[in-house]
Amino acid sequence: MDQVVLMQGNEACVEGAIAAGMRLFAGYPITPSTEIAELSAYRLPQVGGKFIQMEDEIASIACAIGGSVAGVKSMTATSGPGFSLKQENLGYACLAEIPLVVVDVQRMGPSTGMPTSPSQGDVMMARWGTHGDHPIIVISPSSVTEAYYQTIRAFNLSERYRTPVIFLMDEIIGHLREGMQMKEAEDITIVNRPTVQFPDPKRKPYHMNEKKGQMVPQMAPFGCGQRYNITGLIHDESGFPTNSTEEAEKLMYRLMHKISDNYKDIVRYEQVNMDDADVAIVCYGGTMRAAQTAMEMARAKGVRCGIFRPVTIWPFPERELTAALGGLKKIVVAEHNCGQIVLEVERLTRGACPVAFVGKYNGAVITPQEILQKVEEA
Amino acid sequence: MKVNTGDVNAASRTKQMSNLIYKYMRPEHLPQIWCPGCGNGIIMRDVAQAIENLGLSRNQTVIVSGIGCSSRAAGYMDFNTIHTTHGRAIAFATGIKLANPELEVIVIAGDGDISAIGGNHLIHAARRNIGLTVVVMNNSTYGMTGGQYSPTTPTNAYGTTAPYGNLDRSFDIAGLAYGAGASYAARGSAYHVQQTIGLIQDGIRNKGFSIIDVASICPTYYGRKNKKGDAVEMMKWQRDHGVTVEQAAKMDPEQLKDKLVIGLLHHAQYPEFTYKYDMLIKKLAEEREANE
Repeated sequence: MDQVVLMQGNEACVEGAIAAGMRLFAGYPITPSTEIAELSAYRLPQVGGKFIQMEDEIASIACAIGGSVAGVKSMTATSGPGFSLKQENLGYACLAEIPLVVVDVQRMGPSTGMPTSPSQGDVMMARWGTHGDHPIIVISPSSVTEAYYQTIRAFNLSERYRTPVIFLMDEIIGHLREGMQMKEAEDITIVNRPTVQFPDPKRKPYHMNEKKGQMVPQMAPFGCGQRYNITGLIHDESGFPTNSTEEAEKLMYRLMHKISDNYKDIVRYEQVNMDDADVAIVCYGGTMRAAQTAMEMARAKGVRCGIFRPVTIWPFPERELTAALGGLKKIVVAEHNCGQIVLEVERLTRGACPVAFVGKYNGAVITPQEILQKVEEA
Repeated sequence: MKVNTGDVNAASRTKQMSNLIYKYMRPEHLPQIWCPGCGNGIIMRDVAQAIENLGLSRNQTVIVSGIGCSSRAAGYMDFNTIHTTHGRAIAFATGIKLANPELEVIVIAGDGDISAIGGNHLIHAARRNIGLTVVVMNNSTYGMTGGQYSPTTPTNAYGTTAPYGNLDRSFDIAGLAYGAGASYAARGSAYHVQQTIGLIQDGIRNKGFSIIDVASICPTYYGRKNKKGDAVEMMKWQRDHGVTVEQAAKMDPEQLKDKLVIGLLHHAQYPEFTYKYDMLIKKLAEEREANE
C-alpha cells in the first residue's frame, strides 16, 4: 500500500535518486542544496553506493561523470554559484553522451546573492549555460512528491538518451517539508542506459543503426572488455577526434535530434482548469504554490482562470501551450526572476494573446495576491 | 652520443618497441602529433612498458588525460581511454576508481594541466590517497598553445607570455603531491628511460595515490625560446644534469641548483580511499544483518 511520509524537497530528491538506482554522489557543500549531499552521505553506503565530498564544484561534476563512465548511475547537486562552475563539464557530458543528473537548487543571484532566498534565476543558464549548441533536458518540481518522482524520471531520461538532465529545484521546494505519497518500489519504472551486450574492442562505440532509427548509441562501462575512447572533441562514430565538417554536422544533428525527436517522451506539463479558462497563469517549480491559491481566489470572484505548468522546462512544452492559446484572453507568467520563461511564452504566443508578467527578484516569494492582481487587470 | 642501451642490441630493441606498439597502442592513430624530438612519446612508451612488465589487463586498465600536448596520449593507447577537460583528469579518474575500484586507473597529464588549472584536484586526490597513478609529462611550458610559461617554468626562463623572463617561482610537482599526502612520489626524465619505467611500475603497484613527475623536453617552444639547442642537446642536458636521490643527498643546495634529481622521493603506506569506503559499506551491511 502507498504510504504518506513527511519529507523535505531536498530529501525527496535523494530518496528518488536512490530509488532510480543512483549509487554514486559527488558533491560540495552549498546552500540551499547541502541537505542533498548530507543525506546522500548517510544513505548511499547503506545501499552499497558511494558518496564523496570533492574539493570543489568542478571536481564534483567531473567525478560524477567518471562514475557514470564506469557504469554507475551518478549525481551531483549544487546551487547557482556552483552551477556556474559546473558548466564546462556539463557540456562535456552532453557531447560525450554520459548519463548524469545535475541538481541545481536555485537561490537568488547573481554572484553570492542571497544564499537562503528563493529564486528561479537559473532557468536560462540551465538551457544555455555551457558553451556551444547542445541538447539539454531540464525538469522543475512543484512539490515534495514531485521532487521524488521527477528525480526518478530525471535519471530515466538521462539513461535512455545518454545525456545530462538538470533537476532544477528552487529554494521553495528544496526546503519545503510536507506529506509525500510514496508508491511501492515495484510500481516505479526504472530505465537503464542502452548497454553493449557483447563487448568487442573492434566495435565503433558511437555507431548507430540508422535504418532502425537508432539515435542513442549503446554504452560500454569501462572495464567491460570493450576498450574505446571518450573525448570532448568532436568525434566520429569511432570515438576519435575528427576535423571533418561532415562528421561534425552529423554528430551535432544527432545530439540535438535525439532530444527534440523524443519530445513526447520527455515533455511533461500540468494543466489545471484550463478547459474553460480565459486567463492562464504560466508558472513552474515553487511558484506553483502561490499560483494555485491565486487561481482559486480568481475563480471565487468569477474569473475563469487556469494554470499551465511546465514540469519539463526544457524542452519547453511549446506544442501544448500553443494549442491552449485559442481560448485565452490573457496569459500571466509568474516566476522568481526578472523575466526568463516569459520570453519563451512571448515567443510562442507571437502576439496572439497579451502576456503579463509577475516577477520577483528581491529574495521574497511571490504572493497569491500579486498574481491575482495581474489576472484581474483588464 | 652516448645512449643508455644496456646490453640490448639495436635490432632487438626495435623489435621490443614494435611489440609494445602492437600490443598497447592503436597503430591506426599513429604516428602521434607530437613534434619531432618531443619527450612525450618516450614517456608514453615508458608507461606502456611498465604496464607490460606488470602484466596488467588492457580491459581492466583506464588511461585518463586532460587537455594539452600530454592529453593526446590517451587516444594513442589501446585501453579504456578518456580525454577529459583541462585540468580535470584526476577528478574524472576519482569517479572511475570510486565506481569500480577493480580498475587500474592511470592519469597522464601535463605540468600546466595538473599543477595550474588542475592543482586543486592534485593536492586533494593526494590527501585522499585514492588509488590513482599520475604520470606527469612535465615540459615546463604550455606546448599546445605555443609556449607560454607554466608553473614549472624556471624563474627567469622565457616563454611567449614571459618575453622579459619568468618572474614566478616554479613548482616541484612531485614535492607538492608528497606534501599533500601522496603515498608514492617519484621523479623521472625522458632521458632516464629504465629508471622511469621502474618508477612508474612501482607507482602503479602502490595501492594509494602515486605520482611520477617525468621531465619531458619541448625543443619546439621551451628549447627554442631559451636557446637550449635541439632535441638531442636537451636530452644531453638531462643526461648530464640528472643525479639520483642518493647522490643528491650528499650534495649541498648550491651543487643541486641546476640538477635534475631522479628517483623515489617518498613512499609510505596509508590506507587507500576506495578500500576504506568498501570497508564502510561492509560494516554497515553487517550491522544491518545483526539488527535483523
